[in-house]
Amino acid sequence: MARAVTTQRKALNTTLAWIIGLLIFFPILWTILTSFKTEAEAIANPPVFLFFDWTLENYAVVQERSNYMRFLWNSVIIAGGSTILGVLIAVPAAWSMAFVPSRRTKDILLWMLSTKMLPAVGVLYPIYLLCIQLGVLDNRLALVVILMLINLPIIVWMLYTYFREIPGEILEAARMDGAGLKEEILYVLTPMAIPGIASTLLLNFILAWNEAFWTLNLTSVDAAPLTAFIASYSSPEGLFFAKLSAASTMAIAPILILGWFSQKQLVRGLTFGAVK
Amino acid sequence: MATQHSRSAARIMMAPAVFLLLVWMLVPLSMTLWFSVRSYLPLRGGDQGFVGLENFTRFVTSSAFWPAILTTLIIVGGVLLISIVFGILLAMLLDQPMWGQGVVRILVIAPFFVMPTVSALVWKNMFMDPVNGLFAHLWRFFGADPIVWLSDASVFSIIMIVSWQWLPFATLILLTAIQSLDSEQLEAAEMDGANPLARFAFITLPHLSRAITIVILIQTIFLLAVFAEIFVTTGGAFGTRTLTYLIYQRVLESQNVGLGSAGGVYAIILANIVAIFLMRIVGKNLDR
Amino acid sequence: MGRITLDKVQKAFGEVEVIPPLDLTIEDGEFVVFVGPSGCGKSTLLRLIAGLEDVTGGQIRIDGNDATSVPPAKRGLAMVFQSYALYPHMSVRKNIAFPLRMAKMEQAEQDRRVQAAADVLNLSDYIDRRPGQLSGGQRQRVAIGRAIVREPSAFLFDEPLSNLDAALRHGMRLEISELHKRLDTTMIYVTHDQVEAMTMADKIVVLQAGVIEQVGSPLELYKTPRNLFVAGFIGSPKMNFFHGAEAAKHDAHTIGIRPEHLTVSTTEGTWKGTVGVAEHLGSDTFMHIHPEANPSETITVRVGGEFSATHGDTVFLTPADDNIHRFDADGMRMG
Repeated sequence: MARAVTTQRKALNTTLAWIIGLLIFFPILWTILTSFKTEAEAIANPPVFLFFDWTLENYAVVQERSNYMRFLWNSVIIAGGSTILGVLIAVPAAWSMAFVPSRRTKDILLWMLSTKMLPAVGVLYPIYLLCIQLGVLDNRLALVVILMLINLPIIVWMLYTYFREIPGEILEAARMDGAGLKEEILYVLTPMAIPGIASTLLLNFILAWNEAFWTLNLTSVDAAPLTAFIASYSSPEGLFFAKLSAASTMAIAPILILGWFSQKQLVRGLTFGAVK
Repeated sequence: MATQHSRSAARIMMAPAVFLLLVWMLVPLSMTLWFSVRSYLPLRGGDQGFVGLENFTRFVTSSAFWPAILTTLIIVGGVLLISIVFGILLAMLLDQPMWGQGVVRILVIAPFFVMPTVSALVWKNMFMDPVNGLFAHLWRFFGADPIVWLSDASVFSIIMIVSWQWLPFATLILLTAIQSLDSEQLEAAEMDGANPLARFAFITLPHLSRAITIVILIQTIFLLAVFAEIFVTTGGAFGTRTLTYLIYQRVLESQNVGLGSAGGVYAIILANIVAIFLMRIVGKNLDR
Repeated sequence: MGRITLDKVQKAFGEVEVIPPLDLTIEDGEFVVFVGPSGCGKSTLLRLIAGLEDVTGGQIRIDGNDATSVPPAKRGLAMVFQSYALYPHMSVRKNIAFPLRMAKMEQAEQDRRVQAAADVLNLSDYIDRRPGQLSGGQRQRVAIGRAIVREPSAFLFDEPLSNLDAALRHGMRLEISELHKRLDTTMIYVTHDQVEAMTMADKIVVLQAGVIEQVGSPLELYKTPRNLFVAGFIGSPKMNFFHGAEAAKHDAHTIGIRPEHLTVSTTEGTWKGTVGVAEHLGSDTFMHIHPEANPSETITVRVGGEFSATHGDTVFLTPADDNIHRFDADGMRMG
């Protein structure tokens, strides 16, 4: 039983937590606000907080100059494609490990996890070279495959931990009721695991969307997603805060919204089920 | 427990995932190992043959190696320290009863979802810019000279940016762990005469130890690989060249693949040392 | 039809042999209960019959046909699981119809059979609810409904009542017995509860460590337990055992006497003892008595009706001679 707390104590907690919360959130808030300012207001000293002439001009300029939509589309394809492909490959594997465990299941799971630990920089050149040789440098499909492989261990693990919570007896009942393997997975397992599959999709979409090693190193123009688009703003120094903010806001807004939905699954996905 | 039939089905269904990951691991890894024992300069003569362990000794003896290791350790250690200490405090605060808990939680977690390139750029320009950044305004307001963050306090700045991204992760996991603590344990300790500090030291902290270990291990693996934050802010200048960044420069910027690959092997070994500890914990958890 | 024959059926998990070769025949229409302590292999045996596990050796025949390597769905058996194993995302109606849907049965026939099962089991009122909205007893009925629509040649029950509370368990016991009488189909029922076994079974199979200790009707097991294990397992409260001198008087290594076969007197009898605990139920009185000869032991006695005795009272016990069970040094029944 949680104990009743005095209102005073609760007010103190609330105040402290909100101050810290807003401080941590401030850079994001500031970026969003600045994106609606003119460039002059963006660098004004003292800074203007809310009372400025709100404008959408920056968004229009960013889209016009850099063809923002193309980068956005690349991000959607790369993050979405790699996630969906990964889940399609991972569902059967996770089914096997959760419901037909063998002596090697644990080793396989841990080995899969270990591939995730491989530092990307250690295999940077081989992958770079392979992409050149196969003619897929700066190619969306190549990034879909690479990000899928990077996140596959997490996808398998997340699905595995969700599947393990489904009682095996239900699948056995389906088998007794005449369901084949396909029907068992399609009609019984998948509908029961929909919440788990959805969170897996969500978290891995976020991870793929924000991935900034391979997307920076293996793309230049055609396949460049938002990570690369934003990085391109780092070179020209100068007075462009409002436009930078507009571009940043557009790059993070979709993910912030998805992220709010997935905060619980985040813990489970990123700790491989070790903290629930 | 299952039948022969389901076991063979299981093997077939596991095959694609296992095969793909096996290829993904073995092919690049063996290529890296191959390059690491050769003198390979794609823009200056290509593959010039077997050189034994020369790349490995050259990588370690180069003047950039030890500073890079030191920078890596400082950044990883600094971010870990900040995210764990503040993570625990913040998790304990968020666990208290308050109004708008859900909203505060979201505010605190948000930075984790920000793309690394975005957070690096936003911090670099809008906060740390010595002329127009918010910090510069703030310093001037108090009559001080603005700090040129990314060159004068470069490592500290990187630590700040990266901590901002990872503190939410640590907080979220530690909060989840705190919430799983049985409040009766704390009440029992209170009945036994333990003051709040003792309750924290003897009940809460031991309960959190596993979660803390996991946060340390997982963050270490990600922090060793920090790239975009440095790429966007300093480009490895002003003493912010980490091991990862050094290897990246050797491979793609100076196109010395042999040397870079030897560095890659070192990075893999380093990550594996951390990984072994993490896997032990995760593996133990599997047996439950 | 549902005659099931196990011929030298054997099961090992890796190196561990859970069921040594075993023979058993279950006649058509019989209600057979597998009973034994947990870990005795009774559930494994049921799962072997269901086809959810492979046999390591031997043959399973259903109605004379070799079913050893036939997949579970093709054996014509239906199973009710301990956890009920209902599909949580489907309504009661869809749960019950699932096996019919898998068999690609015509929709009209599916509806007819589901309705019939719902009527038999009183499920009609909540046929469109999900399992999560049902009570334990209702879920149990849905699980049974899902089994009967298939019109299987035999039903398999894996500890179906162990998740219900005591009152509900008694009711469901009667319902299942009645269902058996009505359908007249073979039922194999696994339980660790000997009361369920005694009250429901035509034939009880007592298992221990994968070995069949005895097969017989409930009263056969009660009256002539083949060995010490069955003697101790069947009957409640448990049979009292005596070794040494008392047993020697009857030319046996061990003798056993059931609590209801001892008469109690406050004045005279074979054995003298003091009452440790007396449980007064009104209909019966159970007394736990420490014999004078060996006060660290406890003899349990059951007396019909009320017998006024309390802790510390001295009482005398007399066994009914023709109800003494004699066992040899190997624990096997004598005579």
